[in-house]
Amino acid sequence: MLMPEPDSAVLARRPQLVDALKRLIDPAGVIADSIALRAYENDGLTAYRQPPMIAVLPKDTAEVAAILRFCHQEGVKVVPRGSGTSLSGGALPLADGILLGLGKFNRILEIDYDNRCAVVQPGVPNLAISHAVAGRGFYYAPDPSSQIACSIGGNVAENSGGVHCLKYGLTTNNLLGLEIVLMTGEVLRIGGKHLDANGYDLMGILTGSEGLLGVVTEVTVRLLRKPETARALLAGFPSSEAAGQCVADVIAAGIIPAGMEMMDRPATHAVEDFVHAGYPMEAEALLIVELDGPEVEVDHLLSQVCAIAEANGATSQRVSSSEEERLLLWAGRKAAFPAIGRISPDYYCMDGTIPRSKLPQVLARMEELSLRYGLRVANVFHAGDGNLHPLIMYDANKPGELEAAESFGADILCLCVEVGGVLTGEHGVGVEKRDLMPQMFNDLDLNQQMRLKCAFDDKQLLNPGKVFPVLRRCAELGAMHIHRGQLPRPDLPHF
Amino acid sequence: MTNEISPTSAADLADAVCGALRDKAPLQIVGQGSKAGWGRPDQAMRRLSLARLSGIRSYEAAELVMTAGAGTLMSDIEPVLAAKNQQIAFEPADWGPLWGKPAGQGTIGGVLSCNLSGPRRFQAGAARDHFLGFTAVNGRGEVYKAGGPVVKNVTGYDLPKLLAGSFGTLSVLTDVTVKVLPRPEKQRSVLLFGQDPETANRAMTMALGSTHDISGACYLPMDLARRSHVDLIRNANKAVTALRIEGAGPSVEHRCTALRRMFGDAATEELHSMRSLAFWREIRDVATFMPDQETALWRLSVPPASGAVIAGRLASALPGCSWFLDWGGGLLWIAVPPVADIGAEKIRQSLVADGGHATLLRGPEVLRRSVPIIEPGALSQLLRRVKQAFDPAGILNPGRLSADW
Ligand SMILES: Cc1cc2nc3c(=O)[nH]c(=O)nc-3n(C[C@H](O)[C@H](O)[C@H](O)COP(=O)(O)OP(=O)(O)OC[C@H]3O[C@@H](n4cnc5c(N)ncnc54)[C@H](O)[C@@H]3O)c2cc1C
Ligand SMILES: Cc1cc2nc3c(=O)[nH]c(=O)nc-3n(C[C@H](O)[C@H](O)[C@H](O)COP(=O)(O)OP(=O)(O)OC[C@H]3O[C@@H](n4cnc5c(N)ncnc54)[C@H](O)[C@@H]3O)c2cc1C
Repeated sequence: MLMPEPDSAVLARRPQLVDALKRLIDPAGVIADSIALRAYENDGLTAYRQPPMIAVLPKDTAEVAAILRFCHQEGVKVVPRGSGTSLSGGALPLADGILLGLGKFNRILEIDYDNRCAVVQPGVPNLAISHAVAGRGFYYAPDPSSQIACSIGGNVAENSGGVHCLKYGLTTNNLLGLEIVLMTGEVLRIGGKHLDANGYDLMGILTGSEGLLGVVTEVTVRLLRKPETARALLAGFPSSEAAGQCVADVIAAGIIPAGMEMMDRPATHAVEDFVHAGYPMEAEALLIVELDGPEVEVDHLLSQVCAIAEANGATSQRVSSSEEERLLLWAGRKAAFPAIGRISPDYYCMDGTIPRSKLPQVLARMEELSLRYGLRVANVFHAGDGNLHPLIMYDANKPGELEAAESFGADILCLCVEVGGVLTGEHGVGVEKRDLMPQMFNDLDLNQQMRLKCAFDDKQLLNPGKVFPVLRRCAELGAMHIHRGQLPRPDLPHF
Repeated sequence: MTNEISPTSAADLADAVCGALRDKAPLQIVGQGSKAGWGRPDQAMRRLSLARLSGIRSYEAAELVMTAGAGTLMSDIEPVLAAKNQQIAFEPADWGPLWGKPAGQGTIGGVLSCNLSGPRRFQAGAARDHFLGFTAVNGRGEVYKAGGPVVKNVTGYDLPKLLAGSFGTLSVLTDVTVKVLPRPEKQRSVLLFGQDPETANRAMTMALGSTHDISGACYLPMDLARRSHVDLIRNANKAVTALRIEGAGPSVEHRCTALRRMFGDAATEELHSMRSLAFWREIRDVATFMPDQETALWRLSVPPASGAVIAGRLASALPGCSWFLDWGGGLLWIAVPPVADIGAEKIRQSLVADGGHATLLRGPEVLRRSVPIIEPGALSQLLRRVKQAFDPAGILNPGRLSADW
């Protein structure tokens, strides 16, 4: 993976930069020791490693602003980092950049039950919010599998989802307000406890911007009341077509379940050997459908879902009859990543979205690719919204396997785009899918996105080298020659 | 006089924008013009009509997505979705009649560009939350696309969010993809009569904090309730607090019962299916309650628990005004009789303490000119740079959102 060429002039000034930062913020928050810097050399995409030039751990918004203002003046790059669980290399440091860790921003500032929201600092782990409000029966809905560890600021930056986002939305649908610091050090507050933007939806654009537009220093999230009950159905199917049709039929019946997850046979076997949840080993595809709400509603809808599964040839069905059993049915799905980790030295998690109707076709092509690359693959699938997570198994110690896994992964993502889907459903582009962006977007599309970046960060110092395959200077992107009376007539693409 | 261009393809539209750039002739972008009365009067020289970029391009009910030309009428889309038992869940309002225009004129592009939403806003989101992808022409005359054709996608910046609520000032949408959802099988509304505003606000807060998954919560003071065409509301002769419940049949009945139990004697009546439907359409479209074209109509988004307090403050500061609350207190509609500054000063002042924002939705043209749609304060520099990133020459709907651009 090619990162922007480190700026030797900046590297040469490292000692002076360290001194200046120590004067700017609490010196305990400035890390320059090469051993200590290793702690930040990678995120959840472990194949890439690069220690930062310097790491800083500011303790408040004023310190963040001071650091960014200084870096903007000095022309030094900055990479924000929450908990470092990104699976796309979004928090991968730069050799000539400062890593800005938000770990000290770990307080819940306010819980406002009347307005059903909480104001939290960005370093607070996702699950900590739900824990803090559980006593009153509330929770924060988006639930990425990494929720014990990942920070809410990272969730905002990645627009993270979870198994319940079909019904309850992604991060972007569950935010009310943000405080952000621009690369210039300017502090801005967006939104609050009310709904909708006053002007352009800056919160909407910050969410999912992968740390390229601003540093998030405070987040106001919506809180929801926890449903009275939740129950899950586990159903086995003889084919992915049958399971996929079952999902389509559930939706056609007007039911939006709280969660609807699919696993293929290799994934089922891996997790069953690991957690012993009693999954049917003979099934080609396994479906977990969760319904939540009042007891009567859950019963009513579950009976409909069971009938739909039956009609689609389900070979086994099991409905949870207790909270323990529901959690057991989920345990396998939730342990899918570690279970694969147990049967393979390494695995590579992909994240494309496809129109659900294309699933059988995509799985068949994936099997061909698996044979061609000589690498096994298991699939877990957010079936309700078409978000596919193929897990490619490889051994990094075998020469060439990492590279093979990467090009297998790239082939899968290109396939997702080819059948009418997208490169990433929830993990972000980061460095991982950066060079695949032209599969989905042409130059005009990408230029427009980069111009937006320039409106926030004119020197392109915030997290450069992520998301965009080619960096263009803002001056070049902004150039327009209308004053000469002759607009270079763009070659209009046809759709 | 303005001349009108009505392109039939994205490429034609790009030509029109390039022509406007060449001639330095700013464009006014119209779907059907149903919301032309909203915001600062446009200062454009040419009208760019989207009317001929219409029609549903694709609709995959099982994938929950629909793509249509931006000029497609909502009234053409809704029946197609209804035939598959689906809907656009954010309940976009039909506000044409607020400005004395006919109902049913809104286009999907207009709905998205104004980030409309209805009573279900706090539960189901606004247009922004359902806007998945688009093709558009920017102010440089370039056709580009963003977002994607599936319900879950984080590839690149979420430009649909930014275009939602941009009032056509960033790009001209040509094709849009939105998320569609099943229609609830049944709905009912529990009514509480005769509450004073603050008691009603507390009741709505209680209901929204319950497990009953409320999908609408509004409060009409008596004078406004009497304007409803729904018999049980009009004939009550009292202020009305209404709480809507939607979903599968047995669940709706169960939750209504539970809600009535929660409020004991205060919950006396229910609106059943068709009445409930008709009532929330009135709340959504507002015109029934605010019929007087002479008044200035404001829409305030506020912290929901503070709605009644802010309303009370404004009611005493602006004699003769009428108001009601939606979104569990989070949306305050207020109609102000024609006075010098149509209450702008007092209304925007009222939000300083609690946070929120106010939009002038209807008002005399001279006054609209002096009251911008938005009052972004500290954000204005950044908003201007965002505008320039899409439309550096300022030819798309100049002056619509802000006096300066
Ligand atoms: C086992 C496992 C399971 C996972 N499951 C899911 C899942 O179910 N759904 C899902 O969506 N994701 C999942 N992820 C991915 C990851 O957890 C999410 O992307 C998460 O939101 C990242 O949060 P973080 O705090 O770790 O951010 P980091 O990894 O530290 O950073 C991620 C990106 O956000 C930026 N960033 C971080 N904080 C800020 C801030 N305060 N301001 C500005 N930018 C910032 C960084 O620069 C980087 O670009 C999973 C990861 C793992 C390892
Ligand atoms: C004893 C008694 C008491 C009553 N009390 C009240 C009362 O307090 N308040 C009141 O409003 N009415 C009352 N009614 C009248 C009642 O409104 C009608 O019987 C009503 O149609 C039944 O309501 P429901 O919610 O059970 O509707 P449903 O049985 O769910 O539906 C009735 C009809 O409306 C259609 N329908 C339902 N929802 C929709 C929708 N969203 N879009 C299109 N069509 C739809 C259904 O298909 C069906 O044809 C009462 C009637 C009786 C006999």
